[in-house]
Amino acid sequence: MVQLTDVERAMLDGAHGAATAKAMQLLVRYAEALGAERFVETNNVAGVPGSAHGWLAKYYAPRGGDYRAVFSLFDLDSDEVVEVPRMHAYSCHLQGGMDPQLWSEQGFGKEAHERFAYDEAQTAAHGIQVMKTCTPYLAGNVPVMGEHCAWMESSAVVFCNSVIGGRTNTEGRESTSAAMLTRRIPYWGYHCPEYRHGQHDIDVQVEVSNVFEWGMLGYFVGGCVEDEIPVICGRISNPSLIRHKHFGAAAASSGGVELYHIVGMTPEAPTREAAFGPHQPRQRFCYDAAARERTYQTLNSIGTSRDVDYVMLGCPHYSIGQIRHAAYLLEGRKVHENCALWVFTSRSVKSLADTNGYTKILRDAGAYLMTDTCSAISQAVPQGTRVVALDSAKQTHYLPAIMHIEAWFGTTEDCIDAACTGRWNASLPVAGRAPAARASAAAPTPPATPA
Amino acid sequence: MSAQAQASTGEVVVLTGRGITPGVAEAEALVSRQTISGWGGMNPLTGTIIESRHELKGQSVAGKVLVFPGAKGSSGWSATFHMARLAAVAPAAMLFNVMTPKVALGAVVMRIPAVTALDQDPLGIIATGDWVRVDGNRGEVTVWKGGKP
Repeated sequence: MVQLTDVERAMLDGAHGAATAKAMQLLVRYAEALGAERFVETNNVAGVPGSAHGWLAKYYAPRGGDYRAVFSLFDLDSDEVVEVPRMHAYSCHLQGGMDPQLWSEQGFGKEAHERFAYDEAQTAAHGIQVMKTCTPYLAGNVPVMGEHCAWMESSAVVFCNSVIGGRTNTEGRESTSAAMLTRRIPYWGYHCPEYRHGQHDIDVQVEVSNVFEWGMLGYFVGGCVEDEIPVICGRISNPSLIRHKHFGAAAASSGGVELYHIVGMTPEAPTREAAFGPHQPRQRFCYDAAARERTYQTLNSIGTSRDVDYVMLGCPHYSIGQIRHAAYLLEGRKVHENCALWVFTSRSVKSLADTNGYTKILRDAGAYLMTDTCSAISQAVPQGTRVVALDSAKQTHYLPAIMHIEAWFGTTEDCIDAACTGRWNASLPVAGRAPAARASAAAPTPPATPA
Repeated sequence: MSAQAQASTGEVVVLTGRGITPGVAEAEALVSRQTISGWGGMNPLTGTIIESRHELKGQSVAGKVLVFPGAKGSSGWSATFHMARLAAVAPAAMLFNVMTPKVALGAVVMRIPAVTALDQDPLGIIATGDWVRVDGNRGEVTVWKGGKP
C-alpha cells in the first residue's frame, strides 16, 4: 500500500478542491499498480494536458466537450466533470498538433484550428507554459541534477535522466496532468538511485564524433538493450547538446532507453565503475564497422524510389545552431519544384531564428520553418508525399509506419541536397569523416557550425 | 517451457501473481511474444495492432485477455489505450511480465484487471485461443487450455 503524508491525505479528502482530489485518486491507483510505496514531490511537470483532437472532443460533446470536461474525464479519469483550477506545479505543454500560423499549409481546416486555438488559450489560462515542443530543455525548462520531474516524451525523458541527471520515469498524459495539480508522482523506477546503475556494456570501436554518427549509434544501442541501461565506452567523442539529443531520441525509439551512461561524458558516469555501481555488466555489445553498416541499412530499408518529394528536419525539434546550419546550407539555393522542405522547432527557438534572419533564408529558398509539432505527431505531410528524406533516426522509425510512405535516412547535408534536387543520392559516409555538402557549385562555403 | 508441453487441451491451469488493478474478467487469450506499443503501435479506434513487422499486426486486442511481455514505445501508451476503452475496443484484461509506468497507468485508465509477477511465465502457459479468467483482486489467473470450457 502506498503511504500518504498528511498533505497527500488532505488532497485525497478534498481539502484542496475537487480536481486535486480526483488527481490524487488517480495517482493512488497508479502508485498501487506500480507497487510504489510512496510519492515524491515534483515541481517540474511536462505533459500534454487537456488537449482534444477531433475524436475526443466529439466523444465528450454530450458532457460539455470543453477543456474542463476533457481534463476531468480523460486526463483525470474522473466520472464527473469538476472545476479545473490553475496548476499547482511548474508545468509545461509539450508538442502539439499543428503550427499556430502555418496550419493551412499543413493541411488543417478552420475547425481543427479553432479547437487548437481554444485548447491553447485554456492551457495558458491554467498556468501551464505553452512551450509546445518535444525539447523543453531548449525552450526554457532545464532541470538540474537530482531534480525529481514528471515528464512525458521519450526523447525528453532520456535527455533529462542521462545528460542532466534529473530523475523521471516516462510518464503518461494522465499521470502528468494529475501531477500538475498535486505536485506528486510515484517514487518508483528512475526516481530511486539504486535503479539508475548500468546493466550492459557498449564498446564503440568505430569513430563516433558528429551528430549523424551519434544518432546511428543511439539507434544501434536501443536495439541491443531495449529499455535497459547501457554504459557506453570507447571511440565516442565531441559531446554536445544536439549529439546527445539525437543519440537519446534514437535509442528511445529503437529500444525504449530512458537512461544511458557514457563514461566521462554523462554526470552519473565519471568512471565505468561508478556507472555500473554494484552491477556486473550482463551483456557486452560491440559497435564496429559492420554494426554501423547494418544500422545504416536498417534505417534505409524502407526506401525504394529515389525521387524524394518531402524532406523533414527537426526531430527532435531543431536547436538554433541546427537551424543556422540548415539555413546556411540552403542559402542561395532553391527547394526543387517536386519537393518540399519543412523544418520543425519550438516557438522560442523560432523567435530567435526570426531575429537572426534564418527563417527568411529558409523561406526565400522555398522551405518553411514550423513550430509546435512534427509530421509524425501532426500526421501532416505535404499533399501527395510518397517518399521522405530525414536526418533523424527517430523520425525514420515512426513516420513511414504512421503515414504509409517510403523514407531515406542520411546526414543533414544529404537531406538538404535531396530537397534541392528532388533525388536521394546519398550513401553511408566513410567512418570518421565529417559530412560535407555534396552540393552543386552554386552552394556557398559550408559554415563552420559543428554538426 | 516444460509447463507448456504439459498443459494440453481441456486442462485447467491456475497461476498466481500480483493483481495491479481490481476487477474480474474472462475472455479468449491473445498472446504476443513481442512487447506492444501504444501510440503508433495500435489504432485506438479499432484496437488493431498496426506496427510494421509486429507478430500481431492486423489483429485486434478488443475484448481479449492480452498476454504479452510488456509495454514499449511512446509515452502516449496510456492515452492511446485509454481512447481504446472509450471506443469500446480495449482488452478485457492483461497479463504481462515487465512492469513499467506505461502498462501500469494504461491498466488503471482502461479500468481492467491486470496481473503481473506470475509464478509461471504466462507466455509459456497460455496460447492464443485459450479461455482465461483474470481476477485482479486476488492476483489469480485461471486458464482453460484449448478454449471456453
